[in-house]
Amino acid sequence: MALLETTDLHVRFELFEGMSHVLNGVNLKVERGERVAVVGESGCGKSLTARAVLGLLRHTNAQIDGSVRFDGSELLSLSERGWRSIRGRRIGMIFQDPTAALNPTFTVGDQLFKVIIRGGRARTKRRAREIAREALRHTAIADPDRVLNAYPFQLSGGLAQRVLITMALVNEPELVLADEPGSALDVTVQEQTLRLMRALGDELGAAVLIITHNLGVVREFAQRVYVMYAGSIVEEADVDTLFHAPRHPYTRALLEAVPRLTGEMLPQPIEGVVPDYTAAPVGCRFHPRCPHAQPACQEPPPVVDLGGGHRVACVLPEAAP
Amino acid sequence: MRRLFRSRAWYKFSRSWLSVAGLATILVIALVTVVAPLIAPFPEHVGIFVDFRNTEQPPGWLYFFGTDDNGRDIFTRVLYAYRVSFAVGLLVLAIAVPVGVILGLLAGYYGGLVDTVIMRTTDVFLALPPLVLAMAIMGYLQPSLFNIMLAISVMWWPWYTRLIYNLTRSLRHEGYVQAAKVSGASDLHILLKEILPNCVPSLLTKMAFDMSFVILMIAALGFVGLGMQPPTPDLGRMVAEGVRFMPFDWWMSVFPGLAILILVLAFNLFGDGLRDMLDVDV
Repeated sequence: MALLETTDLHVRFELFEGMSHVLNGVNLKVERGERVAVVGESGCGKSLTARAVLGLLRHTNAQIDGSVRFDGSELLSLSERGWRSIRGRRIGMIFQDPTAALNPTFTVGDQLFKVIIRGGRARTKRRAREIAREALRHTAIADPDRVLNAYPFQLSGGLAQRVLITMALVNEPELVLADEPGSALDVTVQEQTLRLMRALGDELGAAVLIITHNLGVVREFAQRVYVMYAGSIVEEADVDTLFHAPRHPYTRALLEAVPRLTGEMLPQPIEGVVPDYTAAPVGCRFHPRCPHAQPACQEPPPVVDLGGGHRVACVLPEAAP
Repeated sequence: MRRLFRSRAWYKFSRSWLSVAGLATILVIALVTVVAPLIAPFPEHVGIFVDFRNTEQPPGWLYFFGTDDNGRDIFTRVLYAYRVSFAVGLLVLAIAVPVGVILGLLAGYYGGLVDTVIMRTTDVFLALPPLVLAMAIMGYLQPSLFNIMLAISVMWWPWYTRLIYNLTRSLRHEGYVQAAKVSGASDLHILLKEILPNCVPSLLTKMAFDMSFVILMIAALGFVGLGMQPPTPDLGRMVAEGVRFMPFDWWMSVFPGLAILILVLAFNLFGDGLRDMLDVDV
């Protein structure tokens, strides 16, 4: 049984312009202890998927269909109380901008202790402080007490990021969702973030679902990848297969669009933009931008299993690169 | 105390000497109202008291602010009237702020029907001119300290609801609110521990300014005769009654008027200082 499994997840928003059908049947699976990436352009529904998984779309006008199963139980039908027992304890989350994710009016310690106490790891502040100190040392923070007594604005981006990783992992969740972790920071700090997440994830046996638009991050961090386009998963494979033998035209275009350090060739951009979700293309949502589009693309594309966990949603799964 | 004067907050506040002067004035007046019975030269002049030999005396060494048409010392009466202004001002805020804040948090955070019901209600209150509403309430109820406070509070809470509503609307999308939520925080925790503390700077600043508005409002009610009833001293009523003796016995209106002016000005200057110190817009 997979740790996290979404089946045919649809999210729609009712807007003035009409029904905006953003997530169009997302199927993804995360096994225990696995590092999985979801990659795609901005606005293709990656973050929305994460928010739906954590039940953060309540109090919005989102209409959600499908199923999100965590450790065998359905999340979408949970009460708010039920969600709270999952969030922070069994599923942690790491945000894009670490400095924004800390409340400026309290010290780092106050916020970290609350998370620890809420997670049931400690009853008293004193005990929480011990746990926090230990956890911060684990994330290579040499002087935990200084960090615990600091206000968020006194921390550098890298320190704040480590604090957030600590917050997400301190209650030893089984799954960590990381929404573009560290992409608001400079590259060296982002690198550290990824290393730390990988090390801690392995140590705790936590699965990590990382959401990113950076293929470099995917390559370095993930074991398995989902490529998302306009609210659907278009291809899934293990990392090596995806980078060496991509099958979906969108995946290939995405790989072509990566700037290279050699500077010999300018990357090839993908023509066009992510569609307007109130009038999304019928059938394969990528076909208006696809160089190989054909009449059959007007129908919903079949999901072709190529073996070894490599699946692609395209009418031309065998098309030569 | 030394820590206060060395703090960054004090440094920013003290950049403007006017704010410091405002704060000092408020502290002095607050102190004076507390010890009024000890320092007032003629405490018995507060109540029913007539001294026909000393009516309408001009300001001098015996009567700093002169006497009124009953021969009562205006300085003493101003000191006691300050007590009423301060007490009502603080009580109005003590009622309006919690009510306004709670409703604003709920409306801003939950949205939907809660939002509609609360915010449209505030619109109804805000649509009525505040003084007219307070006068209507006071005309209906017996003028007393409690009723004045009630009348002003009734029209004051919607402003706090609005302020907190707007702040909550923007703060609930902040990263740390989302972060608290995904770490399993309850709505109550998010409202009180994540959103509310970040509203405090705006709230404090608005409260400082509002003290001056409430004091003006009390004076206005007193001026039209709906404030504290005689013989209890009331700044607005003292101004109104002295008008009959203008311009010859000018002190009867001018000193109570100045008393209002100074207190209102002090709270405004203090509010300005807080605004600069806390770096907020109200």
